[in-house]
Amino acid sequence: MQTTHTCHVYGDDVNTDLIFAGKYTYTLRSQEEIAAHALEDLDPDFVQRVQPGDIIVAGRNWGCGSSREQAVTALKWSGIRAIIAESFGGLYFRNCINQGIRPIVLAGASALVRTGDTVTLDHAAQTVTLGGQTFALPPLSPSVQAILDAGGLIPMLKARYAKT
Amino acid sequence: MTGFTFVEKVLAQAAGVTQARAGDVLDIRPHRILSHDNTAAIRKLFEQIGVPRIADPERLIITLDHAAPAPTTLHAQNHAEIREWVQLQGIRHFFEVGRGICHQVISEEALVLPAEVILGADSHTTHFGWLGAFGMGIGRSEVAALWATGELWLAVPKTLRIVLNGALPEGVTAKDIALKIIGTLGVDGGAYRAIEFSGTTLARLSLDERPVLPNMMAEFGAMSAYMPPDEVVFDYLRQRTTRPFTPLYPDADATYDETVTFDVSALEPLVALPHQPDNVVPLSEAYGQPIQQAFVGTCTGGRYEDLAMVAQVVRGKRLKARLLVVPASAQVLQRAIATGVLADLLEAGVTLGTAGCGACMGNHMGVPAPHEATISTGSRNFKGRMGTTDAPIYLANPYVVAASAVTGCITHPADLV
Repeated sequence: MQTTHTCHVYGDDVNTDLIFAGKYTYTLRSQEEIAAHALEDLDPDFVQRVQPGDIIVAGRNWGCGSSREQAVTALKWSGIRAIIAESFGGLYFRNCINQGIRPIVLAGASALVRTGDTVTLDHAAQTVTLGGQTFALPPLSPSVQAILDAGGLIPMLKARYAKT
Repeated sequence: MTGFTFVEKVLAQAAGVTQARAGDVLDIRPHRILSHDNTAAIRKLFEQIGVPRIADPERLIITLDHAAPAPTTLHAQNHAEIREWVQLQGIRHFFEVGRGICHQVISEEALVLPAEVILGADSHTTHFGWLGAFGMGIGRSEVAALWATGELWLAVPKTLRIVLNGALPEGVTAKDIALKIIGTLGVDGGAYRAIEFSGTTLARLSLDERPVLPNMMAEFGAMSAYMPPDEVVFDYLRQRTTRPFTPLYPDADATYDETVTFDVSALEPLVALPHQPDNVVPLSEAYGQPIQQAFVGTCTGGRYEDLAMVAQVVRGKRLKARLLVVPASAQVLQRAIATGVLADLLEAGVTLGTAGCGACMGNHMGVPAPHEATISTGSRNFKGRMGTTDAPIYLANPYVVAASAVTGCITHPADLV
């Protein structure tokens, strides 16, 4: 199965505070409230532009900084389905998996596309096509794949405990 | 067979396996699970899982520190939900508003010991490397999962060894070492890796200076950071707990991903310019930059010696910029009172905040106005970090922050006398 996605392109070292500001982290709770502030301090037009199914394409070290999971959920609840970056902050990488958002490490990705371009994911062939070039998706360990397949860590545990 | 790094050893222990190598994926059982003002949100995630009770409440540590005391009704509601949860689940290691910042309080309470593992919903959980422990930040979902199952998967990271040699010159601190490392190797210099510090500098660093290094490795992208614990650390812990511990050290023939060496004996005070902690220049290049606020605090720069350094600079002087001091803990504050440091600070015109995270992340008092510049002993100068995007943040050591408060612009302390 192939899916096509419109991308939003960003540079290097985009930190968690730019994706979701710290001043909101203890008071905003609903999905709508959190999504409304996604990328507020980096790209104030993002929330108006983003459509369900869109993806992020970024440079090095996307999501460095804080552990705050809303830096992933603000994007997820805005409709973002996957994030492609040259590299990720380690905590952010785990938070993506735990929220069921696939983090895709791809060198040079952000130079191949501009915001508004289309990216194609081939889920059967496990490839991604952007800027006219096709790349193999980095393989995932079985434990990580299981979390993504369940839609995230909490849904996976919920399903496990529902069975017992 | 070559030897093992610290993380290979400590994570094997925590997983209950005989040995582990970088790249292995382990299910580990941490000794401690930390959360703070984010606990109410984690509770909501935990409740979705469908497990009625926390597996082992004794392993949990909860502090109210990030917006403490509550600055708004919404923050107060958040705290109230956390207190209710603490009661409901019988969580004993709970620290109220005013006790201080989680990492400082847990160290003072000796709740983490050498070779133990603490995972926390806070990126600066790397802090506990100063005790020879493994500390790592995790997400809220992971904390909820740990409450339910007691276990979490981790890939054992490769290790970057950072060798620090020499004695720091007068007026140069551990903060400058951290800025030097991050400025040289970049904010992703430690990405996906653990850090092991070694070298002759470590034993020369005081107890208050040591945590700065592993703490700030969060700004380096590191998963965790370790310092080999010595008698100074053991004495600190023995004064605070009777729990036994066995420290863990890397093998001499361990395999490192990379080794980087710094000689700190010629290091000068450094400043991280807005908006990244690796945007580091010598103090001379930031000299004269006007600032409206100076902030001394956070888990990186709010311990007793940080306050004492500030007092040394501002004693008997008047301030041209606002100087906000937020002690890292109530014990830090008590010591500053006992030694007269606090009196010197107040005499100079310092504003004193409640022990906690303070203005670090724009959640609490001391936020700057648009176009006001702040110089801070904290660890993060991200754009918008303190609440508004057009308020630039400079990072520096406590002497420089204090001197800058005296003159109203970024200043070398030596120029005040």
